[in-house]
Amino acid sequence: MSAFLKLLFRNRLAALGAVVLGAILLLVLLIPVLPLKDPNATATADRFLRPFSEGHLLGTDHLGRDLLSRLLHGTRLSLAVGLAAALIAATIGSAIGIVAGYFGGRIDNLIMRGVDMLMAFPYILLALAIVAALGPGLMNALIAVAAVNIPFFARNIRGITVGLAGREFIDAARLAGLGHTRIIVSELLPNVLSTIVIAMSTTVGWMILETAGLSFLGLGSQPPQADLGSMLGEARAALITAPHTSVVPGVMIFLIVMSINLLGDGVRDALDPRLRSGALSRPRATTLVDRTGPVPEDDGKGLLALQQLQTEFHVGKRVFRAVGGVTLHVEKGECLGLIGESGSGKSVTALSVMGLVSSPPGVVTGGAVRYAGEDLLAMRYADLRQRRGENVAYIFQDPLATLHPLYRVGEQLAEAIRCHHKVSESETRERALELLRAVRIPNAESRLGDYPHEMSGGMRQRVGIAMALANDPDVIIADEPTTALDVTVQAQILALLDDLRRERGLAIIFITHDFGVVAQLCDRVAVMYAGRIVEQGPTKAVLAAPAHPYTSRLIACVPELGGGRRELAAIPGLPPSVDDLPPGCAFAPRCDKAQTACRQGEIALEGTGPRAVRCLFPEEAV
Amino acid sequence: MHALEVTDLSKTFALRSGLFGGPRDGVRAVRPMSFSVSRGETLGIVGESGCGKSTLARMLVGLLEPTTGSIEIDGSALDTADPAAFGRLIQYVFQDPISSLNPRKSIRQIIETPLKRLYGMGAAERQARIAEILASVNLREAFLERYPHEFSGGQAQRIGIARALAAAPKIMILDEPVSALDVSVQAQVLNLLAELRARLDLTYLFISHDLAVVEAVSDRVMVLYFGSVVEIGRAERIFAAPKHPYTRLLAESAPVVGRPLRAPEQTGTELPDPLNPPPGCAFAGRCPRATALCRETEPPLETMGEDQLAACHHPIAD
Repeated sequence: MSAFLKLLFRNRLAALGAVVLGAILLLVLLIPVLPLKDPNATATADRFLRPFSEGHLLGTDHLGRDLLSRLLHGTRLSLAVGLAAALIAATIGSAIGIVAGYFGGRIDNLIMRGVDMLMAFPYILLALAIVAALGPGLMNALIAVAAVNIPFFARNIRGITVGLAGREFIDAARLAGLGHTRIIVSELLPNVLSTIVIAMSTTVGWMILETAGLSFLGLGSQPPQADLGSMLGEARAALITAPHTSVVPGVMIFLIVMSINLLGDGVRDALDPRLRSGALSRPRATTLVDRTGPVPEDDGKGLLALQQLQTEFHVGKRVFRAVGGVTLHVEKGECLGLIGESGSGKSVTALSVMGLVSSPPGVVTGGAVRYAGEDLLAMRYADLRQRRGENVAYIFQDPLATLHPLYRVGEQLAEAIRCHHKVSESETRERALELLRAVRIPNAESRLGDYPHEMSGGMRQRVGIAMALANDPDVIIADEPTTALDVTVQAQILALLDDLRRERGLAIIFITHDFGVVAQLCDRVAVMYAGRIVEQGPTKAVLAAPAHPYTSRLIACVPELGGGRRELAAIPGLPPSVDDLPPGCAFAPRCDKAQTACRQGEIALEGTGPRAVRCLFPEEAV
Repeated sequence: MHALEVTDLSKTFALRSGLFGGPRDGVRAVRPMSFSVSRGETLGIVGESGCGKSTLARMLVGLLEPTTGSIEIDGSALDTADPAAFGRLIQYVFQDPISSLNPRKSIRQIIETPLKRLYGMGAAERQARIAEILASVNLREAFLERYPHEFSGGQAQRIGIARALAAAPKIMILDEPVSALDVSVQAQVLNLLAELRARLDLTYLFISHDLAVVEAVSDRVMVLYFGSVVEIGRAERIFAAPKHPYTRLLAESAPVVGRPLRAPEQTGTELPDPLNPPPGCAFAGRCPRATALCRETEPPLETMGEDQLAACHHPIAD
């Protein structure tokens, strides 16, 4: 709760809204103790007194009633009616929405078509019709405003519920013996409550305005009772001669609605988890680079080389050291495997190369990334962008998420080509066709016109690879490109990548968690744990005789086909969180060989020739 | 006696008929299939996406009503589609450990629900049972007041297993229980499951796409393709000596350390279209052994060898 308030008041406009609304509420609540005149006491002799007159701070209206008193009483009434209408609309609308979303099918259809019908009428017409049927009066105006706003809540909550009703925890609740009512009340409602609050906070102001509108037309509060709408309505006749009678309630309506809307937007922003995580804030075009130490000198190793790369995520006061000094390189025509478990920093390492880690919260805090000797981290954005796709290209895990769903794959390929080369329409088409053939897509010609959703997962990933090849890059970084695919399709994609590398002399950095894949595809392998490389070397040597205890234990965990039924080896414990790394070796708490020395100081990545290990007591001497 | 006996179970999802078109055939997600599982056995179920594994599993726990067929547990038929009736006999462990736990409920509330709703236990009784369940999945009691987002995937999966155990079922359906977990954690969960099975005399149906994992934990393995059973056999035999060409293709596609990389089949083969299923064997379009017979008549599941069954006109000889 306190975190919510802190977040809310960091938003200046929301804070302003809260202050204004708070002041209005305070005044309204203090009505009984304030020395106010009777709001309905007429004194025709004192008609239309100007503001700041003796005894009437805001003047009087056409019947000589004290405007200040009427204003405060009217505000109280308008606020109460608006809030009540919002509560009624939210309760009924959300109930309808949850029921429709949870049961789905015919019930959903029936309810939502009814709601649609309600929405088909212009809302003011509908409200007028309801009031006309029930007769004028504040209570009826309230009912009308509430009824008119039910569809908004019903649709909003139904949308959220449909998503939740398909989630596995609802199935689990059913298997645990819960009936429909209990599932709705105890499983669904707590999960949609914040959405209901958000929807309410953004509509209360609107409902106050609608009630005032009905009162203005004489359909809401009846004389002599004052609410803001009826005050405006009565003052209309004297708009020119005594403008203050309309300005006073007008300003109040303006203040109330504006402050509620500002506060409501603030509440929404503070409650919405996507906004809170910063996921909807626009990241910079390239990762922020803020290197404190000296930039490592070019050592001439490899086509693409990472030197002591450090990438951190700064979230509030916490610093997540996702990549803690990674050094690796890849030569032309070579395939380097980068292997590690989730959270080991392998994907962040890959994204840091071309400045694709989103900032905020990502920051590159040290090291260098060299492509043919040039430091990519020091490069201007325009130059870096020129190299994205042209020199270094990426293949991602989920091709459905990386391809644009609304463009044909041919158009997307063409766009990737035209980004870097000025070529004619027919030439791009020719080139796109060639690319699809290169990734062995059958009937390439007709496939150019397909949308991504029309293709199978394996075909989509082929398009993803074709796109990475579009500008003949020298380096391809493939981040778990086969994890989302079935095994038979995975085998095809791996074979394709291997062929392409040999045909075109591509350098590939292949990120995976699967030793089988690494063994089949990669020349060298680097093993990551908690943001650092713990071992690297030629794949065959590392797999046959792993030197780091983590590598050897991890290999033992992987079941291999053909072993029959057996007990599997496990590594006890969990990987450390990268915002709270232990001193010394990060694997020490899970390692059965760890000694005191392992828990102190920096341990270097050492070895001879192509192999290196970051361990004081390695399994094998390297 | 069989712990679970399934006869002619199938599921067809109805398609909405077009505005002007007549009624259309539905999508046959699971074609009529029969199999049985003995008490204390683990039956592995493998197949690729879209083969009907999850539809089958959801029917077995009553979350989905079968189109045809019957399910018998311990000799008594279960025909109702009331998950609570199923709940005491058969439970489900979900693939995604985090999304199968309600984010707004504490672990105690999650584990308590089946005790309350399925068995109507009192508070004191529940307390004792929860302690017992937590101990059996190696979780500390201090976790009870925490919420799901505070746990890692492996811990969350153990909470999911604890919830299933709370219902004291005879059979557990494990739907890809470790595929969302890292390998170092995956083995912890698999070993826990094996230990629980032995101690509590449970019967498992273990669904996975990872052949090596299935082989390591199962007694028998059932291979599904396009909604049908193509092969059933003992775990140690089925991938080593497959009868059905699809089983062999699966086994050859799994990446194995020390085996050179090659595509096990021609590129460009596409899965059959569920809206327009081919006549005959569904695998014929991808099968190197297919003949005209395969493209016309669907092969029945027949005993081949000792205790291996396969649905193939031209099975692979030993």
